[in-house]
Amino acid sequence: MIENDKTPWDINCRCVSKRYGSVQALSSVSFSVRKGELFGLIGPDGAGKTTLFRILSTLMLADEGSAEVNGLHVVKDYVEIRKRIGYMPGRFSLYQDLSVEENLNFFAALFATTVEENYDLIRDIYVQIEPFRKRRAGKLSGGMKQKLALCCALIHRPVVLLLDEPTTGVDVVSRREFWDMLKRLKEQNISILVSTPYMDEARLCDRIALMQSGRILSVETPQHIIEKYSDKLYALRTADMARLICDVQQMDCVESCFAFGEYLHLTFSDDDQAACLVLLDYLKKKGHQDVVCHPIVPSIEDCFIKLMR
Amino acid sequence: MFRDTRTLLILFGLPVVQILLFGFALSNEVKNSPMLVCDYAQDGVSRNLIDKFSANKSFNLEEVLLSHRELNDAFKKGRIKSALVFPPRFETELARFNEAELQFIVDASDPNTANILMTYAAGLVGDYQQSLLLDYSLPYSIQPEIRMLYNPELKPSFTFVPGLLALVLMLVSVMMTSVSIVREKEYGSMEVLLVSPVNPWMLIVAKIVPYLFLALINFITIMLLSITLLDLPVNGSALLLFAESMLFIVTALSLGILISNVAQTQQVAILISLAGLLLPTVLFTGFLFPIENMPLALRYFADLVPSRWYYLIVKSVMIKGLGLLAVWKETLILFLMTASLLFLSFRSFKVRLL
Amino acid sequence: MKEKKVVIDVEGLTKCFGAFKAVDNISFEVFQGEIFGFLGANGAGKTTAMRMLCGLSLPTSGKARVAGFDIYKQSEQVKRNIGYMSQKFSLYEDLTVMENIRLFGGIYGLSHKQIKEKSSELIETLDLIEVSKKLVAALPLGWKQKLAFSIAILHKPQIVFLDEPTGGVDPITRRQFWKLIYKATSESITVFVTTHYMDEAEYCDRISMMVDGRIKALDSPQNLKMHFSASSMDDVFLRLARKAQRQAE
Repeated sequence: MIENDKTPWDINCRCVSKRYGSVQALSSVSFSVRKGELFGLIGPDGAGKTTLFRILSTLMLADEGSAEVNGLHVVKDYVEIRKRIGYMPGRFSLYQDLSVEENLNFFAALFATTVEENYDLIRDIYVQIEPFRKRRAGKLSGGMKQKLALCCALIHRPVVLLLDEPTTGVDVVSRREFWDMLKRLKEQNISILVSTPYMDEARLCDRIALMQSGRILSVETPQHIIEKYSDKLYALRTADMARLICDVQQMDCVESCFAFGEYLHLTFSDDDQAACLVLLDYLKKKGHQDVVCHPIVPSIEDCFIKLMR
Repeated sequence: MFRDTRTLLILFGLPVVQILLFGFALSNEVKNSPMLVCDYAQDGVSRNLIDKFSANKSFNLEEVLLSHRELNDAFKKGRIKSALVFPPRFETELARFNEAELQFIVDASDPNTANILMTYAAGLVGDYQQSLLLDYSLPYSIQPEIRMLYNPELKPSFTFVPGLLALVLMLVSVMMTSVSIVREKEYGSMEVLLVSPVNPWMLIVAKIVPYLFLALINFITIMLLSITLLDLPVNGSALLLFAESMLFIVTALSLGILISNVAQTQQVAILISLAGLLLPTVLFTGFLFPIENMPLALRYFADLVPSRWYYLIVKSVMIKGLGLLAVWKETLILFLMTASLLFLSFRSFKVRLL
Repeated sequence: MKEKKVVIDVEGLTKCFGAFKAVDNISFEVFQGEIFGFLGANGAGKTTAMRMLCGLSLPTSGKARVAGFDIYKQSEQVKRNIGYMSQKFSLYEDLTVMENIRLFGGIYGLSHKQIKEKSSELIETLDLIEVSKKLVAALPLGWKQKLAFSIAILHKPQIVFLDEPTGGVDPITRRQFWKLIYKATSESITVFVTTHYMDEAEYCDRISMMVDGRIKALDSPQNLKMHFSASSMDDVFLRLARKAQRQAE
């Protein structure tokens, strides 16, 4: 450990840009991750999350800007960084034709350590896949694969963990379990950078960066992002939702209107209370029944949509 | 499909290359085959016959008086393919007994060429005999005594086994490693490997060693089959043969690694190692078409094909029964090839993606 | 839904791989014009079931009629009357937007004139005029998925099967995508969809929940929430899927 304790940051990204041909994958991205923090990069496909991970994991060179991981420069000190980080790419990247056990042993050997040595770190996760330890990795289900990949990324006791979309394509149950595991890892003082396209996972992070088209829209705690939402948000539902969307969009006083599960979330362009009454009146005229309308606290997804617009 | 220029190039380029190669560059004809003439007779008839031989394009004559042993050495070194020996008093014997013997020795480790050379020589001697008959009324008979060196029965297996050995080891080895690294790139495991302390040398060695064992099994199988079923001799040191094969396999594996580093998909890697290497290896190893007869440019190209050198080594060690001293040059070439291929593989190995 | 015409009728459908029952005796009906959400954990058997319904694989046992055709004997007619789109593959990336429309139009036997009309209409409604000559590979994911969906219903199929169509798509485009789905149902196309976004489950008329190869629940989102006294579909899903025995595929 060379200059670890100088800064409170484990990841430091300054004005990082990257283009592929005509596509600007990242434009001047800056953010920092504190030691021991669980930091989320939230954004859809094409936001530049994977590119950012590859630059931080020293797999790719940025066109502009600089980045440090655990106090080490991603270009100059790449050899040292590779010893200290655990990286889990977005695509399942273990050896499909090796068994669970063999994969784990292989990665332990790569980092000149043994499974036994760091077993305490992965025990919680490994017990869940242990019944299948003789099974080939390619034959595991999505959730199991992710757990194995996490074990392999942890086997050398990394200081920083980089997880690129670990929960994409994984069902709700496995996703919950995965986030529980991350929370426990955080207690071990490992800094974690994790990306996800699922907005609802944002609230499980200490801080998040909302990303869209290669830019960071906002870096905050989830709580702050929600508090910063300046408009008053209403949830609206009626018996006939499909018709409701069309009707609401006709209204001039409605600024935005998006479907959120069984409700529509909407904001008004001017005086909220008055506009709301106008809308309800209008809906009644249009023959909507069972109209329910009440103000709500915005979700991260509401905030993201607002920032996108 | 017109956006896929690579496929187009292969589709339309390959037939053109093949037609040109087979039409102009490759032939089974033997030209300028180095021949040594030991004329112990130095008389009119021997002179005449030598003139006949040197006028023929198939032979490239060199006249030296050598002892039997020195002659054998010349053959072993591969300096000459055939030799013509006139005994002393050749003309006198012919005049006295109407009959004389001359000796034609040919390197039969390549039975095809040996056969052709033998036919040419017999033809030339026969022609000369015919011309003598016109001048004299008595029948003269010149009996060429033919000696086939190394392969007296002219078994074709003496060529095709070493040739096949070179071909199989080359293609199998290159193919095995050519997909090894690019496969990991495709599956994504390379990404995880790169983000670990493993260094390129370790990775390259780890890719070569297991395949070396597999290829050696291949080698042993071919050898056992040839020895037991085809009665092929191993006249030289089996250990040397094994060591040389190991060197050659490593050369081919290194070439495969280089391909794997450069290729972006397994498909491309297999295309390069199969379509790209099959033709050159078959043509330029030397067991189908004698390299000596090719145009200069192709001869230089053939020198770049590792299997050509291995083929020479196998023939020298296995069939001619020679030792390392006779094949040190070829061994050194293979060694240098391996070293540069490994170096290039190392240099072309990307420690990052893209 | 008014006339409640049944377009998918499944009875005791089972698919075994060796001793493993990937789909275990499932039965359900899907009505014309409804959005049918097909939910389940990874490895619950969703994909296998969907493949059978699309005529891509034969069931081990059971009966199923899709768009009025038997999936055993009339798989060709089934294929002609359905549209299919998945997250993994939907369009040819090395063809342009127009070329893709023409190709798929041709595959489904639309006439030259029809293709011409439909493609200009489609490109206009999807706002793709400027990129119509660009390769599909250059489009953002959300646009691709919208285009792929529109192409999947180009031939006015009775049913369109969507396998996780919105995975990784940004929140705004995701909602635009669902607007397209609503529009399709208003033209009485039936939509059969799988998703990992639980808010999208709420947009469905009815939902089936698959657990361990069986359908454990089938109802409207509202009734499901009531029945399980859950506050959201997320909870419904968790309650059902946590009971799953199957851990790995």
